[in-house]
Amino acid sequence: MDIFRMPRRDLIVFVIFAAVVLAMPVWLQPLGAAYPALMQKLVISAVFAIGFNILFGLTGYLSFGHAAFLGVGSYTAVWSFKLFTMDAIPAIIFAVLVSGLFALAIGYLSLRRSGIYFSILTLAFAQMCYNLAYSVLTPITNGETSLQLTLRDPRLIDTALAPRPAGLPSAGLFGNELNGLEGFYFCAVVLLIAFFITQKIFSSPFGMMLRAIKSNQTRMNYTGFNTRPYTLTAFVISGMYAGLAGALFAITDPLAGTERMQWTASGEVVLMTILGGVGTLVGPVLGAWLIEYFENIFSAFNENVVHRFFSFLPAEIVDPVTAVASKFVGEGWHLTLGLLFVLVVVFLPGGIMEGVRRIGGLFNRRSPPTSSGAVRVQPAE
Amino acid sequence: MSEPQKNIVLHVADVHKHFAGLHALSDIDLQVEEGKTHAIIGPNGAGKSTLLNVIVGRLAPTSGAVVFDGQVLTGRKPHQINQLGVARVFQTPEIFPDLTVLQNVMAPAFAKRDGAFRINFVIPLERETGIREEAEAILEDVGLYERRDSHAGALSRGDKRRMELAMCLIQHPRLLLLDEPTAGMSRHDTNTTIDLLKKIKARGMTKVIIEHDMHVVFSLADKISVLSGGKIIAEGLPDEVRNSPKVQEAYLGGAHRLEAH
Repeated sequence: MDIFRMPRRDLIVFVIFAAVVLAMPVWLQPLGAAYPALMQKLVISAVFAIGFNILFGLTGYLSFGHAAFLGVGSYTAVWSFKLFTMDAIPAIIFAVLVSGLFALAIGYLSLRRSGIYFSILTLAFAQMCYNLAYSVLTPITNGETSLQLTLRDPRLIDTALAPRPAGLPSAGLFGNELNGLEGFYFCAVVLLIAFFITQKIFSSPFGMMLRAIKSNQTRMNYTGFNTRPYTLTAFVISGMYAGLAGALFAITDPLAGTERMQWTASGEVVLMTILGGVGTLVGPVLGAWLIEYFENIFSAFNENVVHRFFSFLPAEIVDPVTAVASKFVGEGWHLTLGLLFVLVVVFLPGGIMEGVRRIGGLFNRRSPPTSSGAVRVQPAE
Repeated sequence: MSEPQKNIVLHVADVHKHFAGLHALSDIDLQVEEGKTHAIIGPNGAGKSTLLNVIVGRLAPTSGAVVFDGQVLTGRKPHQINQLGVARVFQTPEIFPDLTVLQNVMAPAFAKRDGAFRINFVIPLERETGIREEAEAILEDVGLYERRDSHAGALSRGDKRRMELAMCLIQHPRLLLLDEPTAGMSRHDTNTTIDLLKKIKARGMTKVIIEHDMHVVFSLADKISVLSGGKIIAEGLPDEVRNSPKVQEAYLGGAHRLEAH
């Protein structure tokens, strides 16, 4: 089938990526992050970030409101659990469709402006969604207490097929519960599908049009392209990715709260994408993993861990070093992340991926130039 | 004036353009024949670029209309005007600096084939061999084939211009508008460009060209309109225009330039 044909280079990238994602329980072990709840988070954030990158990386439109779609996805998925079935597939389909509709409406209005005005508009719409979820829409969102499953939920399809279980059910796939590692593998497979679709977009004429819009919108118009529908399509697709990520959050933990829509969540995905490398395929995934790792592991370090780490130093300076270094872990992990972000933006504007490319460049210079090394086609920088 | 039946591709009819009290264009009437190269010349500030911007829809005329191939262009958006078959080369090249040279030339071909908007991410770019081969052939024509995989932003100014021309040519436009296509080029590059434009002319493409360089104008134009102070002060065959006292007067000190080449 045509749709599964892809350039050789993309196929290699996909195979390596799939191996890395599926082997997460192995290589995260020494990093102390191989527990299912965190691995699920890593994988879901990656879905969010690669979707965001389709808009920001390809068209250059910087949205500060993507958390709204994440939240809409979560709420929709939980409603699908409550009303119909605990199965993950319908929840995902509904979440993607509904967040797509939200993206269509918000994108239609926001894309009338570009640059900072576009960013501010998306931020405003996201804050509106957040505040609505908190106030007027509490019958749908359950406001502050978060939307949760209850014993009285109708679950029409599930109750028609089987008697009600005693306690609260958890999300499943064709009757198999998605807890722990199964939950992780489910999310991992969804990430691989999402990654594959992103690769298709990046290597297609459509992807080239989006890059061309980022490069020179005037030329696009005088070349006969109507740019508005292109940017709107990119906006809707990335909104759907965010909705998908929201649904996955709900599947791993059937709960949807307003905090998922807060502007800090919108900001975080921007950081992930910039840290990893805007407009690259793998960069946003790396950025997402790094930030989630910091947030969950680095923040758990305490002074004892730091002390042990520096114990190889002479006794007199261990304590002062520990005192300084411990400010950067635990509660202070934001400080480390902030410094890392500043360093990356100042010295590697292309993010981690630019670092990888530069290191690759060093190797290429040392070895005799090969044809594949000379013409390295990289996604838009 | 009884002349044989002509096929008028572009008709600028009674166009006026005022900017806050300034009459940038008054009473412009211009007819461009199919297959011909029509040059618009005039001193700085004569309104040449304004006229071009009115034709491509960047500026709306205060009154009057632009008719292309029986259809009114006035009021249409730039992409709609392009879809009707009008392509434009800018004074400072408008290209896609982040894409490769080959992609720059392929993109306009998609606009021609698929229209103003089409979502296509099933077939990878690499497998669009038809468009790719066409783009490579045109890059060969303009002498940029060797650089097809370079970043367009890294090209020299002259190369960017030639690439922009290639981007227009791949669309096989019915009308090509050129805004000072050789400005800032070396004599050698200018001559290469003239040869290239002559080659296009041989294919029967209609062109409107705005140019300062009289050498370029007299090597290419079939007909010349002289614009001065927002009005057309003379129009005719190159020799008629060259010898018109009105034109000499408009160019004043520049008169010697008309004779220079």
